[in-house]
Amino acid sequence: MIDHLIEIVVDDLPALQIAVPLLAATLCIIARRRRTAWVIAMVVAWASFLNAMLILRRVMTEGTISYAEGGWRAPWGIELRIDSLNALVLLIVTGICAIVLTAAPRSLAQEVPRSKHYIVYAVYLLCMTGLAGMTVTGDAFNIFVFLEISSLSSYALISQGSTRRALSSAIQYLIMGTIGGTFILLGIGMIYMVTGTLNIVDMSNQLAAVGPNRAVLVALACIAVGTAIKLALFPLHIWLPNAYTYAPAVVTAFLAATATKVAYYVLLRFVFSVFGVDLAFGALRLDVVLMGLALLAMVAGSIVAIFQHDIKRMLAYSSVAQIGYMVLGLSLVSVAGLTGGIVHLFNHALMKSGLFLVMACVLLRTGSTRLEAFQGLGRRMPITMAAFVVAGLSLIGVPATVGFVSKWYLVTGAIESGHWPVAVVILVSSLLALIYIWRVVEVAYFRPAPEDAPEIGEAPLSLLGPTWLLVGATVFFGIFTSLSVGVASDAARMLLGMMP
Amino acid sequence: MSVTTAVGLAVVWPLIGVALVLLFRRWPNLREAGSLLTSGSLFALVAGVVLPFVQAGGRPRIDLVEILPGLELAFEVEPLGMLFALVASGLWIVTTVYSIGYMRGHNEENQTRFYACFALAIAGAVGVAFAANVFTLFVFYEAITLSTYPLVTHSGTEAAKRAGRVYLGILMGTSVAFLLLALVWTYWAVGTTDFRVGGILAGKVSHRELIILLALYVFGTGKAALMPFHRWLPAAMVAPTPVSALLHAVAVVKAGVFTVLKILVYVFGIDLLAATGASRWLTWVAAFTILAASIIALTKDNLKARLAYSTVSQLSYIVLGGALATSAGVLGGGMHIAMHAFGKITLFFCAGAILVGAHKTEISQMDGLGRRMPYTFGAFFIGSLSVIGLPPTGGSWSKWFLLLGAADAHQWTMMAVLMASSLLSIGYLMPVVARGFFRPPPVDDDHGDAEGHTPDHSAEGSGIHEAPLLCVLPPVFTAFGCIVLFFFADDVYRLLTGIVP
Amino acid sequence: MFDWGLYNYWVVIFLMMAGLYVVISRSNLVKKIIGLNVFQVSVIMFYISMGKVRGGTAPIEAEGFEIYSNPLPHVLMLTAIVVGVATTALALSIVVRIHEAYDTIEEDEIRLLDEGDEP
Repeated sequence: MIDHLIEIVVDDLPALQIAVPLLAATLCIIARRRRTAWVIAMVVAWASFLNAMLILRRVMTEGTISYAEGGWRAPWGIELRIDSLNALVLLIVTGICAIVLTAAPRSLAQEVPRSKHYIVYAVYLLCMTGLAGMTVTGDAFNIFVFLEISSLSSYALISQGSTRRALSSAIQYLIMGTIGGTFILLGIGMIYMVTGTLNIVDMSNQLAAVGPNRAVLVALACIAVGTAIKLALFPLHIWLPNAYTYAPAVVTAFLAATATKVAYYVLLRFVFSVFGVDLAFGALRLDVVLMGLALLAMVAGSIVAIFQHDIKRMLAYSSVAQIGYMVLGLSLVSVAGLTGGIVHLFNHALMKSGLFLVMACVLLRTGSTRLEAFQGLGRRMPITMAAFVVAGLSLIGVPATVGFVSKWYLVTGAIESGHWPVAVVILVSSLLALIYIWRVVEVAYFRPAPEDAPEIGEAPLSLLGPTWLLVGATVFFGIFTSLSVGVASDAARMLLGMMP
Repeated sequence: MSVTTAVGLAVVWPLIGVALVLLFRRWPNLREAGSLLTSGSLFALVAGVVLPFVQAGGRPRIDLVEILPGLELAFEVEPLGMLFALVASGLWIVTTVYSIGYMRGHNEENQTRFYACFALAIAGAVGVAFAANVFTLFVFYEAITLSTYPLVTHSGTEAAKRAGRVYLGILMGTSVAFLLLALVWTYWAVGTTDFRVGGILAGKVSHRELIILLALYVFGTGKAALMPFHRWLPAAMVAPTPVSALLHAVAVVKAGVFTVLKILVYVFGIDLLAATGASRWLTWVAAFTILAASIIALTKDNLKARLAYSTVSQLSYIVLGGALATSAGVLGGGMHIAMHAFGKITLFFCAGAILVGAHKTEISQMDGLGRRMPYTFGAFFIGSLSVIGLPPTGGSWSKWFLLLGAADAHQWTMMAVLMASSLLSIGYLMPVVARGFFRPPPVDDDHGDAEGHTPDHSAEGSGIHEAPLLCVLPPVFTAFGCIVLFFFADDVYRLLTGIVP
Repeated sequence: MFDWGLYNYWVVIFLMMAGLYVVISRSNLVKKIIGLNVFQVSVIMFYISMGKVRGGTAPIEAEGFEIYSNPLPHVLMLTAIVVGVATTALALSIVVRIHEAYDTIEEDEIRLLDEGDEP
């Protein structure tokens, strides 16, 4: 009996990935108590992470998982389809969700009134549901639905920031994000009109038969623009700096590592799996457009980051630049390039959430996230600053960190395709990262704390632990790369149609 | 233990030093004993276990971990790396002794951080020395940059911070923008980044690409201080003198020129370079650096600054030796790694001794100081002889082979450059000795110095008033080493002949 | 050029552009939300109009009818309408909070106040 039950659960794992957090969110609301809600959220988040690990292992050993929701088979029913690409994305999304949630209580207490915490946890879980759903589903409209679920939750989460600017940032993100989502919906509608199906695999077969007619190309363009807005690709990134800066610190740590990554996954899925290389890059020349925008993002994002006084804002602009790297990998349309982009999805999630959790530590102890708050922090909060330095080195791309791995593949991809200037730009923008990271390091280690600064100690373990877990992962996965690089290159090959 | 274990152990051995330093941070004597113990045992390991094997022709190799498909972290010892590791580990012991004298004599703060970063830097140097492929070398090269940054900015002042920016900016900048690009390009063109006898690039890249790739490698190795990327060296003078001694003799600069030599010999291959003439332009860049830096050195009154520019000049000797693409040139360059290390470290030790003992930094203030500090100035004299390239010091042998290498390549201009540079180095080094011994001390020389330390008047008069013992013994020892190297240059030569087929 | 048979697409385009224009040009937040709604409605119209099959009847099985209009877009749009409602509700609640915090709901005034808060 138990075995049978376990069998059912194991078979249904992909669906549980969506269903359990959704139900748990409701439970959190019902629970009303802060601590209980957090415990429920923690159990579910870590269980989802475990689930994602199991799913990844199954995909690596057995191949693509296909799950028919409600027993209705594709292409009429909604299918959950997990291959190496979304298994990796699912892993990082649930992982970051769980780790950041561990750090949440102390940090949230500083910015959000305690009576509201249970709602925050509930909405957090809803956001995770949306992101996980977007990642596992094999149905295009389903992607839109989960996109909206996660987006709405993220707008709500961002608006919980302690200053009133959180509200204006949230409404700005809401307006831009809804336009993006609606463009995606429009694109999906056009594909449906041409192919008559919403199932991704079926769509790609049908579109291959239809070929490049104008409706198809416009659909691709709409979807590209819509995802570009959610991805914060330059110049549609305007919502990101404000949203990341004024949201509560742990919310930023969560969203920075997940929301844009899943949008990138959606772009990859549509461009490569649905439309295919010939359509997207032969007929529409999307690679040229995306490469140009990516290069601009890399340079402009890094340069603007150098001049910021608020370090959360600096990290937000840094994210814009890093997203440029990911899109550059996509636009190279080669195994090395795509591997670079996908592995950077994984690596950047680790780096940025680690950095934003450091910001949460700094905010907790000093009450501010401006550059001045870092004065003397090298001595007052050595462990926290050490985490910042290590994650910063990873952002710069020092070998033995994950940042190096992404850069290696991107530069290799650029050289392989003969785009030598692109390789140079990639390397130069890492040097720009050196400038803005080192700015903070210098203030922290070379300037003494101001005289009227209160005595502060290290950040509490509940914050430091997750921070160092993430930062440690940036070093671990920089040396033992077989998991991230292996899965990423499998995914790249599959997207380019090279694997059987 | 097996040789391969020893090789891997040697790289991580200094980390034990880091642990000991951090463990004993509250007990200075124990902490320093930790450093000394680690440095001594490292040298024993390198010289006792690995050296005999390599001298007999062995090339021990240990593969650690494959970071990316096709890119492993691996170590393989060959003669050039052996020499560098010997120099690094041996001089670490001497520098540690010296640091104890200097840091305590100067009442420096943050000594724990100092000794810990020292050990890290040496670990990086040994890693560079034993690297089996360009990728491993790159990893440890960056590790040296990062671990020496806290040493350069040790004093924490605004000047130190600014110098640190120049240091990090140039070294990180060149390594990421040029060296990494060269590394990726090599891997993509050849399929591997392994160091192999005879090089790996033959037939894989066109002539023009060879030149560009060489340029990327050479300018990407900022630590070799080729102009115009040399500014970090004089900027790093803001560091305490033991750091300058370490940076300018052992870890950083020698890692730089070692990298250049190793790439010239094992990635490009001397035969390929000789046949295509792809390094001809490099001889001119090196020659320019040699002469320009020597001329600048003549203008500097600050002793450490003068020695810094002297180092820039001397490093390009080694680059020139490699660029001449003859076996004599390469051998001369390799020998110069050891000879210059001993010579320059002596000079820097003396500079620091003068600072601690007499509180003077400017050469114009050092008249007559030789009579008060005869051992220091005597060591300085011998070190100068080695740097100039005169017998009976080891520097004369490396100079000899470099000249031979230039002759072999029919580069008469380069021979002239080398001779001219020797004359210039006489010009900027001998006055220090001459003023110290032959000029009378200035009338009022006791009003403190740039550091604001007031001198000790307890031993007035014409008596010997040397720096603390631990600051004087090391330079005397290394000066002695310069002379020893003159007589034992043959051993060095024989070790290095394994490089050129 | 102007095919009357494709009038539904023209309606969609008009609504889409009108909605986007309102979002971009009006600084009042409530008006922006209205524009957003119009924009979303245009896409809803697009889907629904694409579901109509010429000569098709309502998609309920009945004797004697063979051509049915496609019910799927209607179903999809039910979801989309719900999403639109949720978005509008969330947006309006944020606007209420903004009004409490800023005392205005004009975007340009809010931006001025924001810049005054923190450079």
